Amino acid sequence: MILELILGTLNRALAYGTPLLLATLGEICVERAGVLNLGVEGMMMLGAFSSFVVAYVTSNPWLGILGGAIAGGLFSLIHAFSSITLRANQTVSGLALTMLGTGIAETLGRNWEGKVLSSPIKPFSEDFLSLFPPGVRTLFRDSNLLVVGSIILALVLWFFLFKTKPGLSLRSCGENPAACDALGINVWKVRYMAVFGGGVMAGLGGAYIAVAYRPAWSSGMTQGMGWLAVALTIFSFWNPLYAPLGAYLFGALFHLAFRLQVFVAPEILNSLPYLFPVVALVFVSRLAFRKKIGVPGSLGKPYERGEWE
Amino acid sequence: MDRRKFTRFHIEVSVQPSLASVIFFSLLAIILAFACGGIIFLFYHISPWVGYQTFFQGALGSWYAFSETLKRTIPLLLVGEGLALAFRAQVLNIGAEGQILLGAVAATWVALFSGLPPFLLLPVMFLLGFLSGAGWALIPAFLKTRFAVNEVLSTLMLNYVASNLVLYLIGGPWKGKGVRGFTYTDTFPEAAWLKTMGITRVPYFTLLVGIVIAVGGYFFLKKSALGFELRVVGSSPETAKLLGINEEKIVFLAMLLSGGLSGFAGVGEVAGIHHLLRHPDHISLGYGYTAIIVAWLARANPLATILTSFLFGALLSGGDALRVSLGIPFQVVSVFNGLILFFLISTEHLSRYRIIWGDTKVVENYDS
Repeated sequence: MILELILGTLNRALAYGTPLLLATLGEICVERAGVLNLGVEGMMMLGAFSSFVVAYVTSNPWLGILGGAIAGGLFSLIHAFSSITLRANQTVSGLALTMLGTGIAETLGRNWEGKVLSSPIKPFSEDFLSLFPPGVRTLFRDSNLLVVGSIILALVLWFFLFKTKPGLSLRSCGENPAACDALGINVWKVRYMAVFGGGVMAGLGGAYIAVAYRPAWSSGMTQGMGWLAVALTIFSFWNPLYAPLGAYLFGALFHLAFRLQVFVAPEILNSLPYLFPVVALVFVSRLAFRKKIGVPGSLGKPYERGEWE
Repeated sequence: MDRRKFTRFHIEVSVQPSLASVIFFSLLAIILAFACGGIIFLFYHISPWVGYQTFFQGALGSWYAFSETLKRTIPLLLVGEGLALAFRAQVLNIGAEGQILLGAVAATWVALFSGLPPFLLLPVMFLLGFLSGAGWALIPAFLKTRFAVNEVLSTLMLNYVASNLVLYLIGGPWKGKGVRGFTYTDTFPEAAWLKTMGITRVPYFTLLVGIVIAVGGYFFLKKSALGFELRVVGSSPETAKLLGINEEKIVFLAMLLSGGLSGFAGVGEVAGIHHLLRHPDHISLGYGYTAIIVAWLARANPLATILTSFLFGALLSGGDALRVSLGIPFQVVSVFNGLILFFLISTEHLSRYRIIWGDTKVVENYDS
């Protein structure tokens, strides 16, 4: 019985944590290359909106997912241009991206408010799940291809970052861009690609919400998840392998906040997912500060040739 | 050091951009933002010309419009000058939205539940509002100084918590007795209302305080020892260390002032305009976020926030006119906010370059 309850909670955690996981993986990729993108919330919102519109118009949810990913990627290039090419303040540029993204999605989304997708991405079918033992069945009851795909993506991204040469280049650009430049690595190109990749993943996260998790459009549907993803990037020590743990923990937290509403005022419970990262950041920041683990050395610093410190 | 040779002109890079170039690039950023933002109108099948006409009519087209702009200028001014001080110290307080709400909550408690004599209500509301906003901001300050927690994230997360707190209060313990199904509190007693100018909805008091603090903040930064320390910490932490300046003290000060002023602004909103506590989105029209740009556009100069807060007050009123007359959602303001911020920071580097026309000359540049 207890096992059943745990598996049931994990099942919801998987469903709810997936957009967080996707966005977090994207931000890990960006920050590992030395760029801080605080515009995740904006990219997710725009990805969610684009995917919803595409899926609604074409009646094909997978085209919607594609649309969301492309929109997120293209949108992130604004941040890439201002922070990499123009060397503007990355924190503020990210904030601007969030304002712009949520602004566009909510302004244009007015006419779509309350519309429901007729063909969303559905959870795995009963027939498919019956191939597996009952525990697994409960665990993945509300999952779909994207949920499993995002777990695989975490593994692939880990392999890419830590086991391949392009991954090493990417990480090096985040540690010591001047040395990379001297070795003939095109720092700007690598960083642009990393930011674009991060945008695509954030867009995917938003698309998952709008096309699979809650396939109806309402403004503000990302609920600050983009900001949680920025926090999760720190919790996972910039390592894709740890990202799922954090994302599903938050997923479970959101789910419990929903379940406990009978006993405690929902507003108090709804605060938990935002209070928790603040508390967790305390521990992680301390650890990171003392042992210097994970933090990319040149995070947030624009690179300019011929500059020295 | 790099030497560049030019034939007709040469380019100088200065650390401090000139006033003229700051004004030029600020205006450029705003114009570019409006040019790009005009695309939004096309999605609503409205010609940008008509859109902007409505916008400017609603922002400054009549005395009524002007008063509405002024009404929205006040919170932006109060919050913006606080953020200007914080940004000077490189403390990125993004939590003004939540700090405004905390001020409003404190004011509501005083007005409805404290049982204080009427003449004491307003002074205590403002005092407690300031303290609550400051207290809310001191949490991230503590986390930053003690545990090195990034203040952007912590202040932002606390915005959601503050918003939930208000929702809880207006739907639960503080829900008004005579408001039927609506979720807001009872109306404040009239002794807790701020006087407004004539028939407008512009309270005198907060406007005056805003202007006084803008001037005071300017001299605080320029003339006082503490203001000097704050600027040094912001511009060069290494120098601050050499001078023996207590960096943690400055972080606390920056958060205290910006949070306190935000709380003060929150009191002004409930005491001056709403006279009750209601949904967070109605108490603050994103003032906490817009004020970030107010401070940034003012180049973190408190005196300049008088001008920039008025500009953004006009932007909010214009946005409201678009909503009422043309049915474009109010969030269009966010689009303009984001665009203006982008163009501002993108042209920041350019504003340091100065083209000097003249004869062939070898220029020596000492960067950074």
